[in-house]
Amino acid sequence: MEYWLPLFFVFVIGFCLLVYVVLDGFDLGIGLLLPFASDQEKDTMVASIGPFWDANETWIVLGVGVLLIAFPSAYGLVLSSLYVPVTLMLMGLILRGVAFDFRVKAGDQHKSMWNKAFFIGSLIAAVSQGWMLGAYITGLLPGMIHTLFSALIALTLPALYIMLGSAWLMMKTEDELFTKAVRWAKQAILPMGIALFMVSIATPTVSDEIARKWFSLPNAIGLLPIPLASIIAYVTIYYLLGRLDILKAGYAWLIFAGLILICVMAALGLAYSIFPDIVIGQINIWSAASATKSLQFVFVGLVITLPVIIGYTIFIYRIFHGKATSLSYD
Amino acid sequence: MMEFDPFVLARLQFAANISFHILFPSITIGLCWILVFFRTRFTLTGDKNWEYAYYFWVKIFALTFALGVVTGITMSFQFGTNWPGFMEKTGNISGPLLGYEVLTAFFLEASFLGIMLFGKSRVSNRLHLIACCLVAIGTTFSAFWIISLNSWMQTPSGYVLEDGIFMAENWWEIVFNPSFPYRLTHMINASLLTSAFFVIGVSAWRVKQKVDGPATWKVIKTGVAMAAVLAPLQIIIGDLHGLNTLEHQPAKIAAIEAIWETERGAAFTVFGFPNEAAKETEWAIKIPKLGSLILTHELDGELKGLNEFANEHPPVAPVFWAFRIMVGIGTLMVFVAWWASYVLLRGKPVSNALLRTLTWMTFSGWVAVLSGWYVTEMGRQPWVVYGLLKAKDVVADHPSATLMGTFLGYIVLYVFLLISYISTIRHLSRKPAQSLISVHEYPDKPLQKKRTS
Repeated sequence: MEYWLPLFFVFVIGFCLLVYVVLDGFDLGIGLLLPFASDQEKDTMVASIGPFWDANETWIVLGVGVLLIAFPSAYGLVLSSLYVPVTLMLMGLILRGVAFDFRVKAGDQHKSMWNKAFFIGSLIAAVSQGWMLGAYITGLLPGMIHTLFSALIALTLPALYIMLGSAWLMMKTEDELFTKAVRWAKQAILPMGIALFMVSIATPTVSDEIARKWFSLPNAIGLLPIPLASIIAYVTIYYLLGRLDILKAGYAWLIFAGLILICVMAALGLAYSIFPDIVIGQINIWSAASATKSLQFVFVGLVITLPVIIGYTIFIYRIFHGKATSLSYD
Repeated sequence: MMEFDPFVLARLQFAANISFHILFPSITIGLCWILVFFRTRFTLTGDKNWEYAYYFWVKIFALTFALGVVTGITMSFQFGTNWPGFMEKTGNISGPLLGYEVLTAFFLEASFLGIMLFGKSRVSNRLHLIACCLVAIGTTFSAFWIISLNSWMQTPSGYVLEDGIFMAENWWEIVFNPSFPYRLTHMINASLLTSAFFVIGVSAWRVKQKVDGPATWKVIKTGVAMAAVLAPLQIIIGDLHGLNTLEHQPAKIAAIEAIWETERGAAFTVFGFPNEAAKETEWAIKIPKLGSLILTHELDGELKGLNEFANEHPPVAPVFWAFRIMVGIGTLMVFVAWWASYVLLRGKPVSNALLRTLTWMTFSGWVAVLSGWYVTEMGRQPWVVYGLLKAKDVVADHPSATLMGTFLGYIVLYVFLLISYISTIRHLSRKPAQSLISVHEYPDKPLQKKRTS
């Protein structure tokens, strides 16, 4: 029990953050793309994420919440080390979340201001998340190289969100906006590849132990499917973006699926690198864990509610399935 | 440049965030049930005006909800960024309570909000009504868990201390700690009252702007009926809550009433300026014996004074004042609600004076809720967990320049958002009622919404 419970909680945190990156990733991506669309397209783009964004954002609250519940000391350490990017991200999320409503309700003369706020908020949030990821996988350590590395991730992670956003638009829109989405994706795929590559090679360089885990022999062979699957997904996406005919025939979801596969593989790779630590080189999973009694209390709740939450999330995505229509309260 | 104490800055920042956040849930918790009522009335009676009322208010609800969500996300991070020690020491208890809030409330409300707002044409009327109810239940659950945690910090129970770390002993006692039932009812009722005066105030303003319709009057009647019952009820709940506080946190009561020395048959200070250095209340207007009567329900009951708590009592003046503002507004709410219901019940024409008063009272709930929270939170100081853990021992050690910078950033953002929020509500309220449009067909506002469905 004392061995397995913390592991279960680490898995839940990882799962929540992965779901968050994919789901809020696509709506943050749409925020990043907003300035490049015409006024009418802006409305369609926002309409395509309207019913979902709120719940999407809740996944990060759950991820951070479970970190707090299960590993309070790690929660304190991570969040106080990342104080500045966390604060910036929150301000970005605030600006973006309210711009959603204000842009249609505040009156036409203010609409372009709120569109800008939506973009800027999304940008600040995406860049800060990249920075946080960069700082986290280099062990939350200070130093020039670490800062540079965090900055690099901060600048490239938004490319993943742009890819997710474009892929979402390919599924949800038609005609000109669809073509634009394909063009945006073509421009973002290379920076995204660089970001993923950098993250992949950075973790082994942080500590010798992680390097040994990856590059020693029998392990390296067993791990091969992770980079391999990522590369296959990446190449497939690259190929599909050149084949408008296939995408238009209703296979645009393949791009989104490919991106999900890449995210899952990246998460698996990261998890393998970091395990059994929760803050690399500083705290491991069991020393950071809460009292077993507290974990049991929440375990029961998680086992019951998480499947229900996943169930109604799928249910709601199905209700709003298909091409986006203009948002209306009627 | 003046050097600020990081502890003070961390507190100011947290106080600013939580104060700004509570404004929005205190509207949405109540407003959501009002919306459920409108939707149900429409389903049962088929009267279109209930539907118009729903459509008008659901827009304002969506906006308010969004502000509540994004400022709430900030809270979940700031526990860690500003008070890492709090989480390290109480994490075994506060963590699960916050976790249950996310699991049972946040997802429920955020997910079904999509259907509630945009799903009308995609789902059956029945499912839409269910979605509205689920959102309302979600907002109420959310209040349940967070109030449970807050109450546990005020009246901790069900724990054991091991090396300065709080361990859960009995979850039932933790969740239903001694002050929880009172604080929860007080807060839910406060939210219902805040939203009642909010919908009445905006509607009264619409009447004055001559953009009202039959739906506007249905809203006013609903709100006034709620307020007329709930405002006096709030005074009773508040009294019970006060007795509970006297039992568990006598220092808070001593500060609220500015009782400097323990005494029997204590007077009630209606007004005055507490001077903490001189340990006296200047310019005090007192009613003999009333203090003891209210708090002990006996004329000669003993009330503990601040002298019993040495330096471990809260700052007196802010708690004293905040309490009087809350009670003042609560009393005003009773009078205004009864005045309005008298006029409406008699079927008399609604005077301009009443309309103006109701408009002024639009955000009165906010002032009362904020002062109420200041009473209970400042009244807990210097403790973060009452009697066991001090706030200054759990603060993060960020440089004060960083804290100052982010604090100013938040303030600028919040002022901007508050101005935008209120002016957007004004903007939405200036639009003619849907029930009027159908009669007059306003040329500049065609019925786009209706035509697309």
